[in-house]
Amino acid sequence: MLQDKDRIFTNLYGFESFSLPEAKKRGDWVKTSALVKKGKDWVIDEMKKSGLRGRGGAGFPTGLKWSFMPDPEKSGRPHYLVINADESEPGTCKDRDIMRHDPHKLLEGALLAGFAMGAHAAYIYIRGEFFNESSSLNKAIKEAYDAGLLGKNAAKSGWDFDVYLHRGAGAYICGEETALLESLEGKKGQPRNKPPFPAMAGLYACPTTVNNVETIASVPTILKRGGEWFSSLGSDEKNTGTKLFCISGHVNQPCNVEEEMGIPLKDLIEKHAGGVRGGWDNLLAIIPGGSSTPLLPKDVCSTIKMDFDSLREAGSGLGTAGVIVMDKSTDIVYAIARLSYFYMHESCGQCTPCREGTGWLWRTMQRMVTGNATIDEIDMLYDLTKEIEGQTICAHGDASAWPIQGLIRHFRPEMEAKILAYRKQAKVA
Amino acid sequence: MPKLTINGMEIEVESGTSVLQAAEMLGIEIPRFCYHDRLSVPANCRMCLVEVKGAPKPVASCAMAVGDGMEVTTNSEVIQKARKGVMEMMLINHPLDCPICDQGGECDLQDQAYGYGFDRSRYRETKRAVKNKDIGPLIKTVMTRCIQCTRCVRFGEEIAGTADLGLLNRGEDVEIGTFVEKAVSSEMSGNMIDICPVGALTSKPYAFHARPWELKKTESIDVHDAVGSNIRVDSRGGEVMRVLPRLHEGINEEWINDKTRFAYDGLKTRRLDTPYIRNAQSGKLEKASWDEALNTVAEKLKSTSPEKIAAFAGDLVDVESTLALKDLMNGLNVSNTECRTDGAFVNTDTRASYLFNTGIEAIEEADAIILVGTNPKHEAALVNARIRKTWLSKRVPIALIGAPVDLPYPYEHLGSSAESISKLTKAFAKKLGAEKPMIIVGDQIFNRSDASALHTQLRNAAHKMGCVQEGWNGFNILHRHAGRVGALDVGFTATQPINVGDMDVVYLMNSDEESILSDCSDGSLVIYQGHHGDAAAHRADVILPGAAYTEKNATYVNTEGRVQLGKQSVFPVGDAKEDWKIVKALSNRLNVELPYLTLIDLRERMSREWPHFDKIDALPNETWPDDMMTGKEKASNCLKSPFKLSIENFYTTNVIARASKTMQECVEAFTKTKPQKKAAE
Repeated sequence: MLQDKDRIFTNLYGFESFSLPEAKKRGDWVKTSALVKKGKDWVIDEMKKSGLRGRGGAGFPTGLKWSFMPDPEKSGRPHYLVINADESEPGTCKDRDIMRHDPHKLLEGALLAGFAMGAHAAYIYIRGEFFNESSSLNKAIKEAYDAGLLGKNAAKSGWDFDVYLHRGAGAYICGEETALLESLEGKKGQPRNKPPFPAMAGLYACPTTVNNVETIASVPTILKRGGEWFSSLGSDEKNTGTKLFCISGHVNQPCNVEEEMGIPLKDLIEKHAGGVRGGWDNLLAIIPGGSSTPLLPKDVCSTIKMDFDSLREAGSGLGTAGVIVMDKSTDIVYAIARLSYFYMHESCGQCTPCREGTGWLWRTMQRMVTGNATIDEIDMLYDLTKEIEGQTICAHGDASAWPIQGLIRHFRPEMEAKILAYRKQAKVA
Repeated sequence: MPKLTINGMEIEVESGTSVLQAAEMLGIEIPRFCYHDRLSVPANCRMCLVEVKGAPKPVASCAMAVGDGMEVTTNSEVIQKARKGVMEMMLINHPLDCPICDQGGECDLQDQAYGYGFDRSRYRETKRAVKNKDIGPLIKTVMTRCIQCTRCVRFGEEIAGTADLGLLNRGEDVEIGTFVEKAVSSEMSGNMIDICPVGALTSKPYAFHARPWELKKTESIDVHDAVGSNIRVDSRGGEVMRVLPRLHEGINEEWINDKTRFAYDGLKTRRLDTPYIRNAQSGKLEKASWDEALNTVAEKLKSTSPEKIAAFAGDLVDVESTLALKDLMNGLNVSNTECRTDGAFVNTDTRASYLFNTGIEAIEEADAIILVGTNPKHEAALVNARIRKTWLSKRVPIALIGAPVDLPYPYEHLGSSAESISKLTKAFAKKLGAEKPMIIVGDQIFNRSDASALHTQLRNAAHKMGCVQEGWNGFNILHRHAGRVGALDVGFTATQPINVGDMDVVYLMNSDEESILSDCSDGSLVIYQGHHGDAAAHRADVILPGAAYTEKNATYVNTEGRVQLGKQSVFPVGDAKEDWKIVKALSNRLNVELPYLTLIDLRERMSREWPHFDKIDALPNETWPDDMMTGKEKASNCLKSPFKLSIENFYTTNVIARASKTMQECVEAFTKTKPQKKAAE
């Protein structure tokens, strides 16, 4: 279990004020200029040493990502840091609390990250629905400007740095990094083709890095305490540090909690969320990383470690670490059908398989819920998810396919039972 | 240059080529819907997926640039399955109403469904229906058939420059539409029909008229403007069913304008299908036989002294009949032959002085474009599209002298009259420092008394700006009429302006110019040889019915001076005949010997005297004599009045378009402002 001294987000629960004086007491904006003065190579090296992997879901090593940015002197174009605060994944609420209660960590991280990649400007693209969060973030930005921590010669580091907050308009797809850039440019939020990757041609076709809020907010502490400290935590050298877990669903105390990477899922739920409603044996399944990751049945949940690679091996993923717990009262088919509806509703409509397929999946899932289907259709459903997965511009297609794949993989008997019951009742041969 | 292997075959291509293009070079066909050579690449249909070694999932070959050492597989099982999957998704919400769809037989989706589709559907749910959009009189929409490839949207944004269409909503509910209901107001809109891979956008006038496999396809040349777009005339029996573009990189790429495409229904109405002679007593035109008509004309010509005879060649004339008429008139010692029916002066000293010398394709090389007295959007929509393409690719500076017009690219308006030409050489050109500037002059500005001085002025300006240099002639005259350049080439011009009022016989070949008709004296005999009962036919005393451009094998010279052959697609209506044959028949009655019996003879005569007629489809490279540089006439001889535009209405510029119902509908939809109701009404 993570010790208090190793916590990054010390005001996660908002017990103290988010404002600058208290944030400074918690260590934010302390010695920032000293970190900058160590140079960008040192910052990137330290990030690589820390083994921090992107907290937005894909888990790409952050230091490596930053090192893809071209040399600002050679590129001849402005560089941008874009912070993805469009936290919309069902089951996820970690960035929200950071922005609400610890916004200065994000701003300090933005300066350090921006400096490391040669960017003089950061755009924070915040989910439109996050009104209170954008208010506190705005206040924090104003405080930082007033205190000289942002703007010209930010925090006396010699680096000019501006932060702009942009509110989205309520589209899940705008959390995909290239759709986010399109939206930020004022266009319709539709993902772009890659390559070119944003590091080559991102915002306004300039070199851009898009990072998650949690990633950026972890940066100051990592740099202050050293990459080695961060990599000493976690389950192995590829899954390091601490992670915010958002536990929701059928637990006694749903919560956000910072824990060590690789904590056993059972420990996480029992120690922090007050256990599954009705006891561990009442557990049906858990979606470990936000709605798009395939669910895990109880027997897997009992032993699985919560890190990127263990979950991948188990056929799921850490994603955003939005842990959704479902006990035995859940109609699991219905639960997944609801997710299908969400993915249909949020598809941008660009690529054929996702545009057409998400609707097909949802309609078939609806029939699965009532059982008005045939056993063959379960196989067809699985086949359809394979026709969508990996064949679209962005990962929305994958995200719509995975929950259903997880369902079929682990709960096929439940689906078949529903179908048989329906047929029995409807007296279909 | 990167080298890659596709299906085990090695190929070296230029960097920046997409995998799809590289595969095409090897003859490997990759199915696609959204990808189009001349549009941006959205990669949204996902049909062109291929496997690239090392990539975790299939990649869209249209958007993937080739890399050195890339190993691509286009025919693996994974790819077959992926494409079948995409095709299945494509079809679930497609209505599959092929039997009643006009695209049937030439539908990309239909064709590819043969390759990747399945003979039955696994889709048990209700299909999506999308409301049709009313986007004007030219394009019929059946939006349920749409597969959201966004080709039409990109065409509008990129080629036509009018962002009328867009992709609305998201997810399953996306649909193509105009944001507010309105017509797609581009003179290039018909091309959306061609690029639509399914039957969502089809031709409204052609709806339910024919199936593609019933049509005879004739490759021909368009005459609605002087661009000489390459077209394919599709006919069934004696009827032209539709006109489509034909690829010609030098001229029209693969687009044509809406007049070219849709005015063909004008070929079926108001046609002159038999000779007419005006009855002296009743004053009415009466049907006559060819013998009667030709004899009447021949007798009158014989009995009139040559200086009292004038012949005019109009907008749509072909070179052969113009030359035959010229030979006939020369045989009668008539020197009053004129093709500049609008009274425009054209310096005919050398071909270069009246041609679009740069060539249409080379517009893309220009680094500064100056338009003088022209609205290319109406006069030559495809030249306009080329200018827009150039502007899009390198933001070339464009200036305009003349009436300010709405163009799909920004331009600097330097003024409206000849005075501003001096500004060009002083201010604009210096600011630009362009290496390959070009000046495009609308031929209509020479339609005034200071034409000669104007021509000199412009030549001097072009010279000073460096428009004319080794390997680059940036002095261009943009003509409006398909027949004009050819008639100028064969010298169908008079040395003096013709006073029409003095003439006893006026021979109008395809010439409907109002100013000539109104000048004809009451006692004169007006002979009209043409194919449409328009203004000239009303005034004419004898009508000799000729053939329209789809009904004869004929030569046309476009504004670039490029010689092209139009082919006969259908027969002339009724008793109408090919125009040069009418002249030949007349010559027999006048005892003037025209030394040709067949079209081949006539063409030999043409190329003997003007060798460029031998070089079909070649872009001429005319010399620019040194004395062209130094005009003696002074700038002060130019009038102060602003340049006028002659085309008020793009849709009704010639007899065919004026007879076309579709064009009339366009006039109503796009140009007329509806009278507003007053509050009291």
